[in-house]
Amino acid sequence: MVTGYGPVERLVRLWLPVGFFLVLALFPFYWMAITSLKPDVELYNRHIMPLVLHNPTLKHYIDLLTQTNFLTWTWNTMLVAVVSTAISLVFGVMLAYPLARMRFAGAGLIAMTVAAIYLVPQPLLFIPLADLINRLDLGNTLTAVILTYPTMLVPFSAWLLLGYFKTVPMELEEAARIDGASRLQTMRRIFLPLCTPGFISAGIFAFTLSQNEFLYAPVGVIAELIRGDVFYWGQLMAGALLGSIPVALIYSFFVEHYVAGLTSGSVKG
Amino acid sequence: MSVRSEPLLAAARPARRGAPIGLWLDRQSVFSWLMMAPPLLFLAALVGYPFCYGILLSLQDRPVAHPGTFVGLQNFITNFNDPIFWRVALNTFVYTAVATLLKMVGGLGLAVAMNQHFRMKNLVRALLLLPFIVPTVLSTVAWMWMLDPAFSVVNRLLIGLGLPRPGPSWLGNPILAMFSIIMINTWRGLPFYGITLLAGLQTVPPELYEAATIDGASGWQRFRYVTLPLLQPIILIVTLFSVIFTFADFQLVYVLTHGGPQNATQLFATYAFDIAMGAGQLGLGASVALAMFPALALLIFALTIYMRRG
Repeated sequence: MVTGYGPVERLVRLWLPVGFFLVLALFPFYWMAITSLKPDVELYNRHIMPLVLHNPTLKHYIDLLTQTNFLTWTWNTMLVAVVSTAISLVFGVMLAYPLARMRFAGAGLIAMTVAAIYLVPQPLLFIPLADLINRLDLGNTLTAVILTYPTMLVPFSAWLLLGYFKTVPMELEEAARIDGASRLQTMRRIFLPLCTPGFISAGIFAFTLSQNEFLYAPVGVIAELIRGDVFYWGQLMAGALLGSIPVALIYSFFVEHYVAGLTSGSVKG
Repeated sequence: MSVRSEPLLAAARPARRGAPIGLWLDRQSVFSWLMMAPPLLFLAALVGYPFCYGILLSLQDRPVAHPGTFVGLQNFITNFNDPIFWRVALNTFVYTAVATLLKMVGGLGLAVAMNQHFRMKNLVRALLLLPFIVPTVLSTVAWMWMLDPAFSVVNRLLIGLGLPRPGPSWLGNPILAMFSIIMINTWRGLPFYGITLLAGLQTVPPELYEAATIDGASGWQRFRYVTLPLLQPIILIVTLFSVIFTFADFQLVYVLTHGGPQNATQLFATYAFDIAMGAGQLGLGASVALAMFPALALLIFALTIYMRRG
């Protein structure tokens, strides 16, 4: 759209604003990284220039991995994220396929209810849900977390998949029906294999969302590294960085799908 | 084609003719409801039931680990006479309004700046989305360290620019604490806004800009009279979306300030949590959380209606 500007104008119109947003977005990550690599003497010395590394060390990472339960927490988080993503994809398909393809009374109402449930913020349900979980003796268990995470992910995946399903042409399914396949066969053998891109974007989205949940998850590492008033900042930042890496990696491989999901979710619904 | 479809046809025909149950299962409504039953039951059990149970709790005096007694609207009356509750309502309103406004203006700016051709655009877009992707708790801990009373890097940079020592107490001063949570919420949400609006901008046909330019429109006029009206539906959807989740925000505040200092950053969600889990008053906490419901219901209803039409 913008063409034919000189280098100065391009600097002002493009690189200054984009650079500003980039620095703003990335500085906290730079600070996490640099903090996690500084020795404590450097970290808590106010007379050293703070923005660069003077004596890099891996001590915080080693301490984090050997002296805390970081690996256990990471494993639990991953387990919960994978299981709840899987549950939400399966349930999402079961909701979205009939809504996208079948004509039946009540379809519009169900579609709206699913969208509305996705928009219900977790804090509204947190207190009754916590009480119910305690009554079932599931307090502080992974089962509780795995059960409660998908409440938001199921309607969300259904909603995303519904948008995707509607873009898939119906001819193949019609052909399968004429050939005598049942509805279930048509869905499983013909339709679902066509929808891999939709599953990938819904899956990534559900995975990052489930990583982001804190309410029900025991944020163990952080609790371990804040003892009373003492904050182990080097290890905290090492943990924060390592904890961010899985999500950041997955998403950088699939950023196109992610952006497509982001916009189809909010633009088309 | 006909050769390949022959076996399927042969295999399926007897089933269709022989078993009426197969025919019944193949009816659109039967198939649909059977298929949707498990996820709908799941949602009813884990969203519908807790929601109703929350209403029941809010009408009870229910200390943790004790049976509740029905007290009618007593909890809501208690909230109504609680000055902190009104402080919380005001905080939530300010937090939501200012953060949403900043995200909207900043997001528009980001989208317009990004809507140009340049090298490594996809990389830049991916990097810009990072704050939105990384788990809130982790990035909030990083901000906590950046605003640390003794070793805040923000303050050290400001002092380097000439501010007097020791620099502002970001999380200790009530007004600055509110400012800080608003800024961090904006930092996190702005990329979502910007990238969504960018996707909207890319659907604006270039001919419209060309026509406006030929008619003598300035850059600002093109933005005001071409871009903004066309983006309006997307802006509305993203804004409603952002208002809903900012209004009910929990994680950021809970980690960064815990609602302090002196409840200056306490929001509905954190206050409800404190009362229910900290003070052990489940009934009263549930009633504080439910106080969010009327506004949320209105917003959710508006957004669902709007998205269906769009």
